[in-house]
Amino acid sequence: MARGATVSLPDARGHFGAFGGRFVPETLMAPLEELERAYRRARRDRQFVRRLNALLTDFAGRPTPLYLAGRLTRHLGGARIYLKREDLLHTGAHKINNCLGQGLLAARMGKPRVIAETGAGQHGVATATVAAHLELKCTVYMGEEDMARQRLNVVRMKMLGAEVVGVSSGSRTLKDAINEAMRDWVTNVETTYYLLGSVCGAHPYPVMVRDFQTVIGRETREQILRAEKRLPDALVACVGGGSNSIGLFHPFLREPAVKMVGVEAGGRGAALGDHAARLAQSRRNGSRPGVLHGTFTYVLQDKHGQIAATHSVSAGLDYPGVGPEHAYLRDTKRVQYTSVTDEEALEAARVLSQQEGIIPALEAAHAVAEVIKRAPKMKPDQVVVVNISGRGDKDMDILARHLS
Amino acid sequence: MATLTIGKRRKRSTRRTSSKRSRAAHATPKRRAGLAARLRRYRRPSGRKLSRTQQTAFIAYVTAGDPNLRFTEQLVLRLAEAGADVIELGVPFSDPIADGPVIQRASERALQAGTTLAGVLKLAARIRRKSDVGLVLFSYYNPVLQMGVERFAQRAAAAGVDGVLITDLTPEEAGGYVAVLRRRKLDTVFLAAPTSTNERLRQIARLSRGFVYLIARRGVTGARQDVPDDVRAVVRRLRRYTTLPVAVGFGIAHRDQVAALSRIVEGVVVGSALVECCQRHGHGPEALDAAAALVRELKGAGP
Repeated sequence: MARGATVSLPDARGHFGAFGGRFVPETLMAPLEELERAYRRARRDRQFVRRLNALLTDFAGRPTPLYLAGRLTRHLGGARIYLKREDLLHTGAHKINNCLGQGLLAARMGKPRVIAETGAGQHGVATATVAAHLELKCTVYMGEEDMARQRLNVVRMKMLGAEVVGVSSGSRTLKDAINEAMRDWVTNVETTYYLLGSVCGAHPYPVMVRDFQTVIGRETREQILRAEKRLPDALVACVGGGSNSIGLFHPFLREPAVKMVGVEAGGRGAALGDHAARLAQSRRNGSRPGVLHGTFTYVLQDKHGQIAATHSVSAGLDYPGVGPEHAYLRDTKRVQYTSVTDEEALEAARVLSQQEGIIPALEAAHAVAEVIKRAPKMKPDQVVVVNISGRGDKDMDILARHLS
Repeated sequence: MATLTIGKRRKRSTRRTSSKRSRAAHATPKRRAGLAARLRRYRRPSGRKLSRTQQTAFIAYVTAGDPNLRFTEQLVLRLAEAGADVIELGVPFSDPIADGPVIQRASERALQAGTTLAGVLKLAARIRRKSDVGLVLFSYYNPVLQMGVERFAQRAAAAGVDGVLITDLTPEEAGGYVAVLRRRKLDTVFLAAPTSTNERLRQIARLSRGFVYLIARRGVTGARQDVPDDVRAVVRRLRRYTTLPVAVGFGIAHRDQVAALSRIVEGVVVGSALVECCQRHGHGPEALDAAAALVRELKGAGP
């Protein structure tokens, strides 16, 4: 797992340039230090790495295919489009990569209980799955608005034996679920492992979750070299907290020829509260560096420093902060960030379904929408890889409304 | 406000007799008792307590702007009159991860009323013109960052604030912040926790001024019944690294908790119990009476 993940950042205190770090109440500092030590030991432990790799293969279904989307390529008439099929993983999204890693870590640390936040429910389902597999107690916090729009995943979590706690404070979405999970953790730190689902939060979460997700990029690299005998021209992935995108991008960061595009939720408009584009747009849309959930990063907020409400049709992208490494990659211009609207994402989901027979999650549909814009402008000998980070079953209620 | 102070504090307040002079004093905050002195006032030089009652400094937390800043102003003045030695003015934040339901809801009410950090600083200045009670701003980091630490410190000092505590700022990330607040002669209060290692306690002690705020328990703010057993041990560890007074908060709501803590630390912080009391009594004159009575009861002076 360490292989390919050893770019020099973050520094010893979890900083990616100006971003990252640890901004939490003192009560959480010792647990974060304990977690960091345990993680460092685990990643050097051959047995841990072997066990994780075995679970990724036999339980989760890795490696996932890198599939040349022939019809979509012809339909768009530009670059050759490859789909990284994370949607084929057990539980239906890339989230399981991280959950298996952290679940094994929790067990290794002797914590009998894991807690998690979830937006779309994919991380909650993956956590509940791993908890069941590893015999850990599991509590998942989920905003009540998200529970309503992702009902199916709520049922899946309960079926797996997890307790799902609805969060009714604030905007009743992912941000508030994280608040509740942090409050639970600070209260039960002795017995509880906080299984954070994205490259957000205080150090070491951004680096640890990234390391567990870089398996996506490492596989992609081998697969594209086999298929095309060269590196891709562009990588495209959606960015909520930013774990599937960083997982795809990271093993390519040192390849200047590979362009990278992170796609955020443009929602229903550019006004603060109508979108979740923290990196893509100008500062006028309310995104400025600030502290949220333990890390210093770009945050959607009002001028008084109160965190703003966000909107996206996709619950997994509906978050006012973003992983600090993405903030760094934006400011250094290594990755280009852009956004697509709810409508464009819904339409992209329809196009991919009907061209390729693959129904993507609405999160991944944002990345597909960007490819639909971009591929026709590229030459037919160019190659673009798009991460299909999850499958669309959970979004059927929303897609049904879109169809009618 | 006829009498602002009780007990030993009268000595200090006699230095300033007219409201005019008190305004002059506001321009030179050095003449007020510092936070450390306020917390030490119940100890004799020998370290022995003055009396069985009033043996610990009382720090009252209120969420500023709950339900509006006018009420908070009246409340703070009443709490000071009732014997609160230091007031922690809580700056409401949209995502208060260290707070339990009572202060979460208070923060929501304050934000709905349009409370901002700038508004809280103006409130602090108004309070300072009327009272010499110790004032500590208690905030999450982001509102302060967005104002700019430099501008925040300048305004807080001008308002007559004595110290600042940032809930989600630990020594590791606090270098620049501490330097800026020092220049403005603002005390930097840091949190210590039962989970803090000795090395962390040393860092916390090194950067703290005024007092060290010890979190009594793992968990969020909110009234509870007990005093956790490990508080005494953490206090003992903390004293190895600092001679600053120590105040304990999180979950303190009852007289016997205060009595138990007064034997081991210089100050207690009561927050959720006061916020909840004001809410239960409808944030009117009755609420002011009830909150003042609660301070008198907890402080041991009797209602």
